[in-house]
Formats: sequence, structure tokens, C-alpha cells
Amino acid sequence: MKKFLVDLKIKEVEKLNDTCVLLTMTDEKPLPECRPGQFAELRVDETPSVMLRRPISVHSYDAEKNEIGFLIQVVGDGTRWLGMLQKGDTVNVLLPLGNGFTIPEDSNARLLLIGGGVGCAPLYGLAQELKRLGRNFAILIGARSAKDLYRCNEYSALGRVEYTTEDGSCGEKGYVTNHSIMSEKFDYIYTCGPKPMMMAVAKYAKEHGIGCEVSLENKMACGLGACLCCVEDTTTGNRCVCTDGPVFSIEELKW
Amino acid sequence: MVKTDIKIGGLNLKNPVLTASGTFGYGLEFADFVNLEKLGGFIVKGTTLNPREGNPYPRSAETPMGMLNAVGLQNKGVDYFAENIYPKLKDLDTNVIVNVSGACIEDYVACAEKVNALEKIPAIELNISCPNVKQGGMAFGVQPKSAAEVVAAVRKAYDKTLIVKLSPNVTDITEIARAVEDAGADSVSLINTLLGMAIDSEKRRPILSTITGGMSGPAVKPIALRMVWQVAKAVKIPVIGIGGITNGRDAVEFLLAGASAVEIGTANFMNPAVTGEIVDYIEDYLVRHNMSSIDELIGGLQI
Ligand SMILES: Cc1cc2nc3c(=O)[nH]c(=O)nc-3n(C[C@H](O)[C@H](O)[C@H](O)COP(=O)(O)OP(=O)(O)OC[C@H]3O[C@@H](n4cnc5c(N)ncnc54)[C@H](O)[C@@H]3O)c2cc1C
Ligand SMILES: Cc1cc2nc3c(=O)[nH]c(=O)nc-3n(C[C@H](O)[C@H](O)[C@H](O)COP(=O)(O)O)c2cc1C
Ligand code: FES
Repeated sequence: MKKFLVDLKIKEVEKLNDTCVLLTMTDEKPLPECRPGQFAELRVDETPSVMLRRPISVHSYDAEKNEIGFLIQVVGDGTRWLGMLQKGDTVNVLLPLGNGFTIPEDSNARLLLIGGGVGCAPLYGLAQELKRLGRNFAILIGARSAKDLYRCNEYSALGRVEYTTEDGSCGEKGYVTNHSIMSEKFDYIYTCGPKPMMMAVAKYAKEHGIGCEVSLENKMACGLGACLCCVEDTTTGNRCVCTDGPVFSIEELKW
Repeated sequence: MVKTDIKIGGLNLKNPVLTASGTFGYGLEFADFVNLEKLGGFIVKGTTLNPREGNPYPRSAETPMGMLNAVGLQNKGVDYFAENIYPKLKDLDTNVIVNVSGACIEDYVACAEKVNALEKIPAIELNISCPNVKQGGMAFGVQPKSAAEVVAAVRKAYDKTLIVKLSPNVTDITEIARAVEDAGADSVSLINTLLGMAIDSEKRRPILSTITGGMSGPAVKPIALRMVWQVAKAVKIPVIGIGGITNGRDAVEFLLAGASAVEIGTANFMNPAVTGEIVDYIEDYLVRHNMSSIDELIGGLQI
């Protein structure tokens, strides 16, 4: 897939909670096509402590409106600068990067999307695509507490959504793998979020013989498969998360 | 028309802009952003006789205006390069240079011999300065005697242009430069990364799996510039400047300090189109300063 280096204009900034913002960007020209699960590398300016671009998943992509959405959680200097961007600002973006999720050919397959915290970001675009394709899917979102959840209405508009929170303030209390939806039958799982959560989901999927894709967030430098900084130790040796991933089937991982 | 071409040993560069090994993959990764044939050449990933898996993750850490890496020469070996990568690169109208590494003299020689057989590879860059592998690598490059030994051995086996990449992790880099010049190097390139370290204070652990790693990026530029200036005065062979070059102005500074060409490394991660922009800047600089040839710029520092 051809990659592009473009200056995108911020069309809308939506503050979702204390630490998360949703940036909707556009361009005068048609945006490069982005698949669910792919990511971009955003350049951070005016921040001396940040030299490298920051990898951020494509949260939503709308070819008709020529819009791309990035959901950003502020955790350090780079994301802080991104989180302060205003409508009308421009950001230099490298995209589309990585492979994206695969969608099973069997159109009757029951799919489960499990996201934790900001890890839900790429699953939103996947759910949009699955809805467009008329697929059978459900979304399970886990968070620490109700106040950490965002875009609940938007997710609900796409299909069935269930929640777990560690403090029980929304949905069932506990972790995603303990949710009652896990006793239903699914054929394929997608997961993205904190590593311990993804590992628990992967373990569940393995035990139940269900196919499962996870989206990894290894530290990156180039994002292009050139520097070999972002490698994951897989069953076939070290592979680049930026080009061979970020989405891997759990069969490929040593978890 | 200004003349930007330059000769390094038997190597003819259409302009002095090269890319640094390990930061530009096999070039093709950047083809969407730069016309590879616009560059003087590019230096591909560190290549060894046998495949190497490299060091465990995490292999990188960002530092203020720089980064540490501990990739550890992950590559599929020289035979894989010859069979699978070389055919994709050999018809490009630019210089594709292979960065050769090894754990012992025999490996360096065997690897260089295999690259010698590849007709369209006009030069190798001998990496005697990698801080990220346990045996060999930098160990050869920090003593004049061992540096000269490995260069002399490779010189016998390799008849095209031999560039030797120097380590900055030494007391006197000019001493090493002179030793490899005497041993038959056609050119020296410098600097490889500086040995550094990063700690996660919350976890009380090193960030890199290898604890220490090689530092690169804009933060190392003043050190690199100083070393290039010292080495350019100390040897007669052409010097290739590397270290923290992020834009055309930085590249011109290295040429003024005495470098005949430059390699762009970490800056490719910040802006994958940067190398093409640097080529344009240098041409424009020559025009602005009424210079007809790049030769007027090289070593043109006025003191
Ligand atoms: C493929 C990919 C997709 C991503 N998608 C998103 C997304 O959609 N939304 C989002 O908010 N974030 C996403 N991230 C994570 C995001 O890139 C990092 O949070 C960001 O780089 C941190 O930069 P910073 O300068 O703010 O913080 P830094 O100062 O760099 O780091 C602050 C803290 O965050 C930790 N951290 C930094 N980078 C990572 C990482 N890659 N993984 C885990 N911890 C890290 C550091 O160890 C440190 O503790 C993604 C990462 C990858 C690799
Ligand atoms: C991720 C990474 C990988 C590298 N791999 C190699 C290598 O394989 N062989 C080598 O000689 N130098 C290697 N280097 C060193 C660079 O070629 C260069 O000498 C150094 O980064 C300084 O230049 P810079 O500041 O422009 O990056 C690597 C550097 C980085 C950042
Ligand atoms: S980030 Fe450079 S290879 Fe993946």
C-alpha cells in the first residue's frame, strides 16, 4: 500500500474526558484510504523533548466526508501537544501504516471486539466497517470506572455494546474475561488494550479454540520497517510491529 | 548548473548525500517519499555472514533530541541479501553500498568477499564500530591495532571502494582513522553511535534490554562535527560525515568541516522525505554562495 506524508487540517476537537481527545482531521485532497487497524505516525512540533513521531491508530475513517479520526490519550509530552491542538491547526501525518485487521470470509461468523481503555481506539473503525458489511458482531468494552468510558452513544449506534468496569460503576463489575458475554458462542475475537488484558483474552481464545487477533503497541521509531526497533518475538522470529503488524493473530505470538 | 558530484575512492556520487546504515532499511521502505535515484547513494542495513536475530525488545529509547538503539545487527545474512534484496536494487541509478559487520576477522572477510561478487555494489562500509553486539563490532574499532588488522584483511579480499566506519567511543579518533588509512581504507565514515544509557525511574529499570545502547540524532551533532573536523585534518582519504544531520544546513556544516559526503540517519525517522530535501538545499546553497562546484564547499571552513 502506498504511504503518504501529508499535512492534515483539524476539523474538530472533541474532549472526551480528563485525558482523552478525539481529533477529526481532513485535507483538501482525498485522504489516502485507511483500513481498520492501520495507524499513522503524527509529527509533534514545538516540543523539545519529542523527536520521534507518535504512532496513533486510525479510530475512524470516512471516505465520503473525507475525514479521519484519531483518539488520543495524554500520557506524556508528545500526546500532550497533540491533545492541545485546536480546530484549524495542521498536523504532519505519515499514513496509512501497518496491516490492519482481517475480516473472516464466512459472513455468518459471530465476531467479538474486546477493547480496554484507550485501546478501544482502533476497534471503533473496525465496528464501523463490520456494520457497513452487515456482519454479526458485538463489542465488549472494559475500563477502570464509568468516568473512563467515552463515545458510548457512538459505539451503541454501531451495534450491541457491553461494558465491564473494575469498580462496577458501569456494566458488570470485573475484567472483560469475566463478563457474561464470554459464555456466548463467538467464532472470532479482536482485541486491543493494555497488554495484560490482551494476554488474558488471547488465553481465553486459545482455550476455547477461537481465532483471535490482537493489536500491539510496541515502541517505534520509523514506522516503515526500516529501523527494526519495534520487533515482537514471534513464532517465526523477530517481526516488525509497524509493517508485519500492528495486528497479529495469536497463533503468531509466543504468548 | 552547479557541480554537485564527488568521488570517494572509485565511487562516483552524483551528490554528497547518502543515508546511514540501519536507518534507511534497504531503501525501498522510503521509495514513497524520496526518489532513491536522486540520492548520491544509500547504505543498506548492517549485513553479516550469517543471519542474526538481534537483541531482545525493547531496543530503542527516545532521549532529548536523540535516541538510543540496541538493534544488535538483526539481518538475514549476506546470502539472503544477495538472493532476495540485491535483485531489487541492482538496476537503480544510484550507489547501493553494503554495510558489513562481523564477530571475527574471518567473518568480515567472508562477508566482504560475497559482496565483492555482486557486480552492482560499488563499495562496502566496514562497520568496526557497532556498540550493540557482544563480540566484535566496536571491539575492533576502539584500538588502532585491531582496527588496522581487520581493514588489512578485508582489503586483500575486496577490490572495490572500501569505506571504514569509525566509532566515536575512543579517546583519540584520529589515531584510529590514520591506522585504517594505512591499512588500505579508501575512505572513513564517522561517527557511529555513542554509547549511552536510559533508565525508567518509576520502574527502577533500564529501558533497553541490553542496558546500554547507541545514541544518535540531533543531540550528537556537535560531537560528530568536531570529530569529522579533526579526522579530515588527520587523513588524506575522503571523510564521510555522519551524526545528527537533520536538514540541509547541518549537511553543509559537515562539508565545511571537511567531509566529502554525508550520511543521514535518525532524521529519516523524523521526516522520511528529508534526504531529497537535503539534496535540493545543497544545490541551492551553492547557487546562493556563487560556488560552481561542491569542491569549493568541502573543507571550506574559514578560521
Ligand atoms: C501502533 C500503535 C497504535 C497506537 N494507537 C494509539 C491510539 O490510538 N491512541 C493513543 O492515545 N495512543 C496510541 N498508541 C500509544 C501512543 O503512541 C503512545 O502513548 C505515545 O507515543 C506516547 O507519547 P508521549 O510523548 O505522550 O509519551 P512518552 O513520554 O513517550 O511516554 C509516556 C509514558 O507512556 C509510555 N509509552 C510510550 N509509548 C508507548 C507505547 N507505544 N506503548 C505503551 N506505552 C508507551 C512510556 O513508557 C511512558 O511511561 C499507539 C501506539 C502504537 C505503537
Ligand atoms: C536504529 C539504528 C540502527 C543502526 N544500525 C546500524 C548498522 O547496522 N550499522 C552501522 O554501521 N550503523 C548503524 N547505525 C548507526 C547509524 O548509521 C549512524 O552512524 C548513527 O545513527 C549516527 O547518525 P544519525 O545521528 O544521523 O542517526 C544505526 C543507527 C540507528 C539509529
Ligand atoms: S518502527 Fe522502525 S521498523 Fe518498526
